[in-house]
Amino acid sequence: MNVELRDPNIIMKLSRLGSFHQSKLSFLRSFLKEFKDWEYKKDLFNLDEFGYGEAIYSFKKNNRVYSLICFANKLNENERSDRVIATKWDAAFTLHDGVPTKKDIERLKNEVPKQEIGRLSYKELTLSRANKSVRVFNHVVESLSKGIQPDINLLSKVGYLYRTTAVYGSGKFGLADRFRIKNRKEIYGPFRLEMMLVYLVRQFTFDQVNHVAKNKNPQKAVNLDPEICKNLGIGNSTGLGMAPFIVNHPTLLNNWVYAREMALKNIREIKNIKAAHYDLFKSCLKKSIKNITSWNTESEYQQKKIKSLLKDLNIFIGFLEKEFDFSKKYAFNEIYLWLEKNSEVECIEYVVSMMMEPYDDIIAPLINKMSSEEEKYFNIPTDRTVSQLRVILEDRYSKILNIDFSKKENNQNFWFISKNKEEPRLADRFEENGSDLEQPLAIARDIKKLYETLSLYKNSSTIDKFLAKNSDLRHVVRRAFIIEKFPYSEIQDNTIGKSIMPIDMLRLKLSFFGALKFDPRSDKWLRICMFQGAPLPEQLKNYDDHWVYNSLN
Amino acid sequence: MKSLSEIETVSKRSTKAAGFSWGIAEEVGKNSRMLETFGLSGIKNLNYYFHIRNNKKFEKLNLVSNENKKTKLEFCPIIAGLSFLDQVRSLESFKEISFENIGYPILFLPFISRASEVIGKKLELKIDNRIFLLNYNNSIYSNSLNNGIVSIGNIIKITFQENKDSFTEKEWNDLYKLSENTFVEETDSLKQAGAGAGLTDND
Repeated sequence: MNVELRDPNIIMKLSRLGSFHQSKLSFLRSFLKEFKDWEYKKDLFNLDEFGYGEAIYSFKKNNRVYSLICFANKLNENERSDRVIATKWDAAFTLHDGVPTKKDIERLKNEVPKQEIGRLSYKELTLSRANKSVRVFNHVVESLSKGIQPDINLLSKVGYLYRTTAVYGSGKFGLADRFRIKNRKEIYGPFRLEMMLVYLVRQFTFDQVNHVAKNKNPQKAVNLDPEICKNLGIGNSTGLGMAPFIVNHPTLLNNWVYAREMALKNIREIKNIKAAHYDLFKSCLKKSIKNITSWNTESEYQQKKIKSLLKDLNIFIGFLEKEFDFSKKYAFNEIYLWLEKNSEVECIEYVVSMMMEPYDDIIAPLINKMSSEEEKYFNIPTDRTVSQLRVILEDRYSKILNIDFSKKENNQNFWFISKNKEEPRLADRFEENGSDLEQPLAIARDIKKLYETLSLYKNSSTIDKFLAKNSDLRHVVRRAFIIEKFPYSEIQDNTIGKSIMPIDMLRLKLSFFGALKFDPRSDKWLRICMFQGAPLPEQLKNYDDHWVYNSLN
Repeated sequence: MKSLSEIETVSKRSTKAAGFSWGIAEEVGKNSRMLETFGLSGIKNLNYYFHIRNNKKFEKLNLVSNENKKTKLEFCPIIAGLSFLDQVRSLESFKEISFENIGYPILFLPFISRASEVIGKKLELKIDNRIFLLNYNNSIYSNSLNNGIVSIGNIIKITFQENKDSFTEKEWNDLYKLSENTFVEETDSLKQAGAGAGLTDND
């Protein structure tokens, strides 16, 4: 049986992309898998009694070493902010390529805590900073110093000791360009070194909290129970900075979504499902419910989605238990078609993620195809004709071409880069100044304009002649020829409309990272948790691949 | 040291700020990255060009022909380069293309390098007495080590290099003969068993 790939015009709608969940394809899970055989070490732990100072953690294999260098500093209460405009943080981190020398550490001590205004070198790969969840951190210190374990309920509600507020890589602030390291086999998957940084930061937070508790009461203090550690992750506050990334990297976006779609297609095409596989699917599904019931958010938007997800999942599990027979042919295809009929997209995408759990053989080869050689597709094939371009637009952007941009609500917002922090922002075109400096992120509007302009040209006219007169449309001509080859490369929605939910763009990216418990704090930023339930570094050699569903939370 | 990613981003944004479209700005961002990778002064020339452009007009050459004579104004290197890149397939039949008076021609160069990749032919670019051999956008060979600002190219010639060997047939055969010393002389038995298909592979 041949199952068609799902239609990009449906899958690439923001409401659908904003319903994606972590899966076996997610970068933090593929990172753990790749690095499980590496030698983990705590190379330096030089903190004072209050937990301030330096620490270094490393992963090593053969001659390759990656070292996380941590700088923990004192921060006054009034200086602590998760917003990107902050200038100080509880801790700052960089992932160094190799073993840092004393000179490197001295250099980095001056630069890393400054973050965006510091300068890194080609020897550093990623950069980040994090703030304590003061309430949780202090509670854990207090408890441990008295010789008791902290309140699990409080820890469950928050899920972490520290929140990172940005993780930078790929040449930002002088960091190494990706081309320097892209041929290393261990980092073939996207964002692998960003994931390594976050994972090692998580371990630093446990070591720091133990250290501070021990210094507070050397006689009585105990270490945080490793089982509790395992059930804590690292938080992350994410704002609009992440949103333009998925528009600016169309082939990469395609490769992420294509991997997911291929996985689903291959699974739906399995004729006979082995008992061990459907047992594992059902087991992961049932265990995962506690990830939903412990998903706390004050966002009404998200609460509604969680409620609908839980309701649909309970109905689905009932259907599986009472009505469904896994011995029938193409059982996962049957399940998928049932979901399409009976569930909301949040639940459909949740179960799609879950279907991947038993199938390492399908997923592993797809993970290696999730990076992209973007440069290869940059040049515009200018010998193609106007009629060919028009066909691409009609075929690939059919929904977009129906949007009426003369209506105010379809043209309401504009994307810009703020001068003070060089970060992307979204504003109302009719209320705020600055739309003359709009970023090229209104793809739907510009594609529509391209389509209208093409109608003024002869079908046989070539693109080089068209571009000579229409340089303002060059960026979307390029995109159209990219989407011809990469059907999932474009968001099929209006990114400047009145009703846009930018957090859907963030959630798409974060789901591929492997984030859990999306907690929108507005329509423009959210908090998440990463690595909650993940094995600790010492447990990596032999860990349960389905740890995501075995969390105590 | 600035990373290539920073070089690309700042070049792209500054090109947009200088009045070009986002699509052209994307091209210039990639070009700056390429120039700096090859050790040519992309940022320096771009910076000076944009400053000069505030007070001086440049001609936009939108349609390239085999001879592009000077006008009252110097040609804008970005528009001339982009037009050459976009139109290179139809220009290939001319074998040689000449331009007079291109401002800041180092900014013109990366478009020609990329055009070399598009048509799969080496291109020789002469900017007055500077010669650049552009190899499919993989490398640049040049007699010019001047790493500064070149404010004008008076006579510019682009020659399409035919795809031909850089050695004689005899030189090739000599080397090939030596390479044969890595082969094993086949006996009848090896002929039968070595490839696995026996003496005949016809059904």
